Amino acid sequence: MTMKHVLKKSAALAGILMIGFGTMAFLGGDDEAGIPPKDVADMLHTVMNSDRTVYTKEVVNRLMLQEKVIKASEHFKDDKALPLPAQMFRFGAELAAEKTDKFSYSLQSLWPINKQNAPRTEIEKKGLAFVAENKGENFYGEEDLGGKKYFTAVYADVGVVEACVSCHNDHKDTPKSDFKLGDVMGAVVIRLPLDE
Amino acid sequence: MTQTRKLWLFWLFLAICTLTIFIGAMVYGGPLRSQFLIGETTSGHYQIELACNSCHDPFGGESAMQDACESCHSQELKLANDSHPAKKFSDPRNADRRAILDATLCVTCHREHNPEITGLMGVTLPDDYCFLCHQDVGENRISHNGLPFDGCTAAGCHNFHDNRALYEDFLEKHADEPPLKIPTVITVQKPLPAEDQRKTPPLTLTSADAPQDRLEDANLIDDWHDTAHAKAGVNCKGCHAPKSVLGEEAPWADKPEAGVCVSCHKAEAETFTAGKHGMRLRKGLLASHEGLGGFFDDEALSPMRPALARLPMQPEAPDKDLSCTSCHGAHRFDVVKAQVDTCLSCHADEHSRAYPGSPHHQAWLAEQRGEGVSGSGVSCATCHMPRIEVEDEYGLKSIVVTHNQNFTLEPNEKMIRPVCLSCHGLQFSLDSLADQGVISSNFTKGPSIRVESIDWVMNRIKARQEK
Repeated sequence: MTMKHVLKKSAALAGILMIGFGTMAFLGGDDEAGIPPKDVADMLHTVMNSDRTVYTKEVVNRLMLQEKVIKASEHFKDDKALPLPAQMFRFGAELAAEKTDKFSYSLQSLWPINKQNAPRTEIEKKGLAFVAENKGENFYGEEDLGGKKYFTAVYADVGVVEACVSCHNDHKDTPKSDFKLGDVMGAVVIRLPLDE
Repeated sequence: MTQTRKLWLFWLFLAICTLTIFIGAMVYGGPLRSQFLIGETTSGHYQIELACNSCHDPFGGESAMQDACESCHSQELKLANDSHPAKKFSDPRNADRRAILDATLCVTCHREHNPEITGLMGVTLPDDYCFLCHQDVGENRISHNGLPFDGCTAAGCHNFHDNRALYEDFLEKHADEPPLKIPTVITVQKPLPAEDQRKTPPLTLTSADAPQDRLEDANLIDDWHDTAHAKAGVNCKGCHAPKSVLGEEAPWADKPEAGVCVSCHKAEAETFTAGKHGMRLRKGLLASHEGLGGFFDDEALSPMRPALARLPMQPEAPDKDLSCTSCHGAHRFDVVKAQVDTCLSCHADEHSRAYPGSPHHQAWLAEQRGEGVSGSGVSCATCHMPRIEVEDEYGLKSIVVTHNQNFTLEPNEKMIRPVCLSCHGLQFSLDSLADQGVISSNFTKGPSIRVESIDWVMNRIKARQEK
C-alpha cells in the first residue's frame, strides 16, 4: 500500500468519524443531552402551572369564595383549613428537592409577603423584572451558583382568580395592595444544573 | 547497649503500648474509652457518648454524621414543623447563604465535644447567628429596630426550629387569654374504649392462664386483673409466653424481655429510646465492637441509671436500671405511681423537690381523691411525657404517651402547645417559662418577667388599622 492510499483511507475514516460524531451531537449522544434545557424547563412549567391553576381555581377559589365551605390559611393545620396555593406549590417543590437535584423550582415575587421569597440572584432579579414588564414572555438565562452552572428559566405568575388578588391585597405583610385580576403577581423560577 | 539507647527503647515501647491502647479503646471500645474522649459532650448526648458509632463513621464523612443526627431527631423536627429545615437551604439560590452558614448540616450549629463554646440548646455558634440571614428584619418590623441579634432566641420570642407557639398569628389568636382558664383540664386524653367497643372482652380473675404455681400468688393476679391489660384481653401468657407470628408459643419466662412490651407499645418504646431515660437502649449503639481476635466483643450500652445522670438524683437510687418495669412496675403497671412517685424516687433537683405541695401537685392530689375531673391534675408526666397526637406516614392519627422528654423540654416553649395552653393563657405561659425562678420553684409563684412579643404583635395590628 502506497502512502497515497494510506492518506486517502485515513481521510475517509476521519470523514466518517466526523459525520458520526456530528450526527451523535445533533441527535443527542446520550439520554440526558437529548432535550435542550429550555424545552425541559418549559415542559416542567407547563405541568406546574396547570396543577397550580387547577388547585387555585377549583379547590381554593371555589370552596372558599364561591361555595364558602372552607377557608384557606397559611396556618392550615391549626385553622383546619386548606393550604394556600403558594404553600401547595412550595410543598411540592420541597418534596421534589428531596427526591432529585436534577432540577429545582420556586415561587418568587417582587412584592413578596414572605420577604425570603424576593428574588436573590442577579438572574432572578433580572428575570422577575422582565416577566413583570413583558406580559406573556418568559425569561431564560444562565448563572453560576456555588461553583455550579445553571440554566434558569423565569415564568410570570398571574393572578387568575379573585382569591389570589384579594388575599394578597389584604395580607398584613403585603408590600402591594392594588393587585388586579390578570396582573403579574410573581414568577416561577426553574433551575436545571448544566454541569455533570 | 548503652544506658541512653536502653532508655530510648523503653520510651519507644511505652509509646507503642499507649498508641495501641488508644487505638484499641477508640476503635473497639471498652472501659478505657471514656479516658480518651476529646471533650465533654452536651446534656443531650452524654448518655451515649461511649457508643462512638452512634454519631461517627470513620469512613462516612459529613453525610454519615448528618444521617446519624437525622436518625434520632428527624421525627421530632417534623412534629415541630421545623422553621428552618435543611430543604429550605438546599435550593441552589441559597448557595451564597450556605457558603456563610451551611444550615443543611446539623453540625454547622451543633458541634459536639466543645463545652467551651456550647451555649443553650447545644448551639456552638455565636448567639447573634440570626443576623447572617435576617439583618434587614427591622425594615419590616419597626418593633425590632435596633434590637440586638443575640436576643432573638433568648427572650422567649423565637426558636430556630420550633416556633409552633411563637408565630405571629398564633400570638394574636391567643392574645387575650387569662392566666388560668376555666376549666383547667388537659385536653388530649386517651381513655380506654367503652366495654362494648373493645375488640376482646375483659378477662376475669379465673381466666388467668399462668402455670398453677404462679396462680397461687393472689396479689399478683389481682394486680394484673385491675390493669388495662386484663381489660383489653391480654392474658398472662401474652407477655410471659407470647406467640410468634406463626402461632408458636414461646417457653414461659418469669421476667419477659422489653421486646415483649414493644410488640404492643411500639410508639411508647420508640419515644422511650429517643428520650433521656432510654436512649442508651437504642438499637445498634455499642460500647464495644467485636475484634482483635476475640479480645473485644460486641457489647451494647447498659441501661441508663441514676448514677450516670448529670442532674441531682436521690442518693438511694444510684444503680436502678431504667426499663419499662422500673417506672411502671410489673403486673400492676400503676400509671398513677409512674407519673409522680416513681419520678421523685430518683429525681432530686430543685424543680423536682419543689413539686410536692405546688399548685400542680395539689391539683394532682385532688384528682386522685376524686375531687377533680379526669385530666385536672398535673403530674410530672403531664408536662414531661404528655399525651400527644401523632400522624403516621399514611396520615393516620393516634394518641400516644410520648416517653421522649425532649419533646417538651428544650427550648421550653415546646411545652406551651401540648401542655401549658390546656389550662393557662399564652402570655402567662410565655412569661412563666422565661422565668427560671418560677421553674425552679415548680410554679409556686407567678412570673416576674413579661415577654413582650404579644404586645408587639397587637401594637402592629393596631397601627395598621389606624393607618
